Amino acid sequence: MKPTDIAAPDYFHKVVDCQWACPAHTPVPEYIRLIAQGRYSDAYMINWKSNVFPGILGRTCDRPCEPACRRGRVEETPVAICRLKRVAADFKDDITQRLPRPSAKNGKRVAFVGGGPASLTVARDLAPLGYHCTVFDGDPQAGGMMRSQIPKFRLPNSVIDEETGYILGLGVDFKGGHRIESMKSLLAEKYDAIFVGSGAPRGRELDIPGRKEAAANVHIGIDWLSSVSFGHTDKIGKRVIVLGGGNTAMDCCRTARRLGGEEVKVVVRSGFEEMKASPWEKEDALHEDIPILNFLVPTAFVHDNGKLTGITFQKVKAEYDARGRRNLVPSGEPDQTIECDDVLVAVGQENAFPWIEQDCGIEFDKWHMPKVDPKTFVSTNPKVFFGGDAAFGPKNIIWAVAQGHDAALSIHKMLSGEDITERPLPEVHVSSQKMGIHEWSYDNDISNDKRFKVPHRDKVIALKDIRTEVELGYDVKLALGEAERCLNCDVQTVFSTSLCIECDACVDICPMDCITFTANGEEDDLRHRLKAPSLHPDQDLYVSSDLKTGRVMVKDEDVCLHCGLCAERCPTGAWDMQKYLIEMTHAGSACPTKSRSAA
Amino acid sequence: MTYIAKPKFHHPGLKKNELGYTHRDYEGKVSTLCAGCGHDSITASIIEACYELSIEPHRVAKISGIGCSSKTPDYFLGNSHGFNTVHGRMPSVLTGANLANRDLIYLGVSGDGDSASIGFGQFAHSIRRGVNMTYIVENNGVYGLTKGQFSATADRGSKSKKGVTNTDNAIDLVAIALQLGATFVARSFSGDKTQLVPLIAAAIRHKGASFIDVISPCIAFNNHAGSTKSFDYVREHNDAVNRLDVLVGRDPIAVDYAPGTVQMVEQHDGSKIALRKIDADYDPHDRLGAQTFLQKHAAKGQIVTGLLYVDPDAEDLHAHLDTVATPLNTLEADTLCPGSAALDKFNASLR
Repeated sequence: MKPTDIAAPDYFHKVVDCQWACPAHTPVPEYIRLIAQGRYSDAYMINWKSNVFPGILGRTCDRPCEPACRRGRVEETPVAICRLKRVAADFKDDITQRLPRPSAKNGKRVAFVGGGPASLTVARDLAPLGYHCTVFDGDPQAGGMMRSQIPKFRLPNSVIDEETGYILGLGVDFKGGHRIESMKSLLAEKYDAIFVGSGAPRGRELDIPGRKEAAANVHIGIDWLSSVSFGHTDKIGKRVIVLGGGNTAMDCCRTARRLGGEEVKVVVRSGFEEMKASPWEKEDALHEDIPILNFLVPTAFVHDNGKLTGITFQKVKAEYDARGRRNLVPSGEPDQTIECDDVLVAVGQENAFPWIEQDCGIEFDKWHMPKVDPKTFVSTNPKVFFGGDAAFGPKNIIWAVAQGHDAALSIHKMLSGEDITERPLPEVHVSSQKMGIHEWSYDNDISNDKRFKVPHRDKVIALKDIRTEVELGYDVKLALGEAERCLNCDVQTVFSTSLCIECDACVDICPMDCITFTANGEEDDLRHRLKAPSLHPDQDLYVSSDLKTGRVMVKDEDVCLHCGLCAERCPTGAWDMQKYLIEMTHAGSACPTKSRSAA
Repeated sequence: MTYIAKPKFHHPGLKKNELGYTHRDYEGKVSTLCAGCGHDSITASIIEACYELSIEPHRVAKISGIGCSSKTPDYFLGNSHGFNTVHGRMPSVLTGANLANRDLIYLGVSGDGDSASIGFGQFAHSIRRGVNMTYIVENNGVYGLTKGQFSATADRGSKSKKGVTNTDNAIDLVAIALQLGATFVARSFSGDKTQLVPLIAAAIRHKGASFIDVISPCIAFNNHAGSTKSFDYVREHNDAVNRLDVLVGRDPIAVDYAPGTVQMVEQHDGSKIALRKIDADYDPHDRLGAQTFLQKHAAKGQIVTGLLYVDPDAEDLHAHLDTVATPLNTLEADTLCPGSAALDKFNASLR
């Protein structure tokens, strides 16, 4: 193998698994260390810069970082990254002084369709640069689906108000209750750029016999949730069936439990394991006495002269074809009818753009989705950008934020007369953490603690009031314990071939047997000659250039604890622990500045 | 030294030996020696050898004297018996322990000061008596704990870190061990675990006095130009006569070496050593030849390493003394004191 090029920004970025997996590339270990030090406001601001909605995401994020977390490969469970983010939000001081100041307007006007996470991220990035941002939303308040679809017992309004408020406070003009009905007339208003962040607002229908007749008691999940959120709906029948296995279904069933649903069941077509809902959301539903029945395909709504009485299901089983694809085939068992008073249909969401006229210069593909460049987020109309669910279909908030940052950068570049396809590289800081012979500026002592549980409110109380938040969040002590579980993967092991005397001290001390000195070879061959087996070929090998004896140093990055013992036991300083901080380029930060960064 | 304990986590894919232990289970406390010390590599090699032999840690007694080397038993086999003796007295304490309980595996860990200076006589007598043990000298050629004076194994003409030339002749412990009748004699280098680990394993399986001299660079005081025990010097002058693989019990003997290059040595307990010859003419069963070979190469400034001599049919001190097979420390009072009738009978036999 060729010597590893550690100067390439992606190499060490990949080692920070959580940050690499996060669509917005939030510097996770950096903020977790700040939490451990009690510097909650600093931790919050790192999040705020990167993911815009730390308090909201700390309660609702789909956490792509956690399955990626190295700790999950070392022991059973990853660090509770998401809930630590909430800790930063919960315990911070007043941070309003740290927010950007509304700056003098530059005379350029940007319109936003929809006031959800994607639009607000773009507005957050553009407003401080002097753009006049006008956000239109059909709902009276900003937040989009964060406000309308996520139940209040998971995400209180106060958190949404606070974090959308920080953005609107930057001088962003919010036009609530003003739904954009025509792209053509919006274009006619001569904005310099338009950002469409209107989400995926249409719940998918379930067109089976009886749907029309029983319509009064069959509700589309996201519409129903939004109706509950805005107080238009406050009760439901005693027996409720929720159809669908995603996170919306989980929100529906738990909401139903709080509006009078006594026997609430979730019924899914697939197996329990293959459900789209996050494992912790399924757990929360089960905890609230909501059974999840699987391998049942709804075939008809049963009704008595238009009054819904139940649903008939066909029983299926999973079969896998030669290519490993799953097919659900009838199991041959008799159909099952489950009685109910109300049904919530949460079988998916779709995009809908009835308000974009055909002659706006915005082309759509065969799935009726706008043609959007996945890097710049520009549509076929160079002044119109898309982001969030509106661009590529339903995903999570953190994706909307990440896309918002990129779209904001495009808009800024376009309106500065630059080529939007040229994307500036991220800013990278690398600094040694050595403070003494065996002292580091990070805590390298590895905690053996298992993941700490987030305290929940008592179920009896939680189920009584739909606005009572279920999760209480970590207290300071639990937060410290959980923060200590972080392996500081951003503090990198950096190897200098010229200093190495091949004494084996690093090999001997490494608790994870990551390091091997051996003859060079092709990657496959090398992976078979490592001191401990290579379990994850997607994890890089760090290979040195040739050493004095002709061998090379090979480090499998996979389960490195970043404990720094290799560097502590190295007599010549050939190993060093260096903090690698990568900050993604946002609009207006194209030229890296030497700003002071938190330790 | 390192202030934090070595993390408990280990690689999830670590192999386990017959007892279900990983090599991590054979570790001791974290080393307090200087970073990069050769002794730590010897520690790691002992750990590896014991792991590979599936040794039960409670069946090992590790005994040492005083010095950097003699601190190391704290860093391996944390669940074994240990005795840190007075300076240079490891061999007598080991001999006594061995006499009392012949069933344990004895690891004598010592250094060049402990064995070639203050304990030279002790070293000689334990070898001479054929105590069943593995005697490892971690040989760095300097007194590290007192800041780098020449030890008795420092080569004449080699230079100290301050540039002083050594005018005394060196004691070659391997040559002495051969002369005194050790039945397993080897030399190795802390920077060459592929050679050292099987040597330690074979020595542990050897019944009789096994002696291994391990050149172990002192990173703080003896790893400079002019030293003959530095990483660079040893790597340049290392003349390995053979490499070996230890084959224990039911492991099939894999014969994937070129014909004529491998010599099988079967030890007392049935374990086999597959010797891969590097020097085709070298015969590890020829004590006299080994002594000559060693001295010839030493004169050329070469450091001969590998398994230098082995007597697979060796006997140990217990055989010489014709002691009972049961360890003496487990003999019950009625065996030890069979009564006056037995005494009378015994006395009568002497009349």
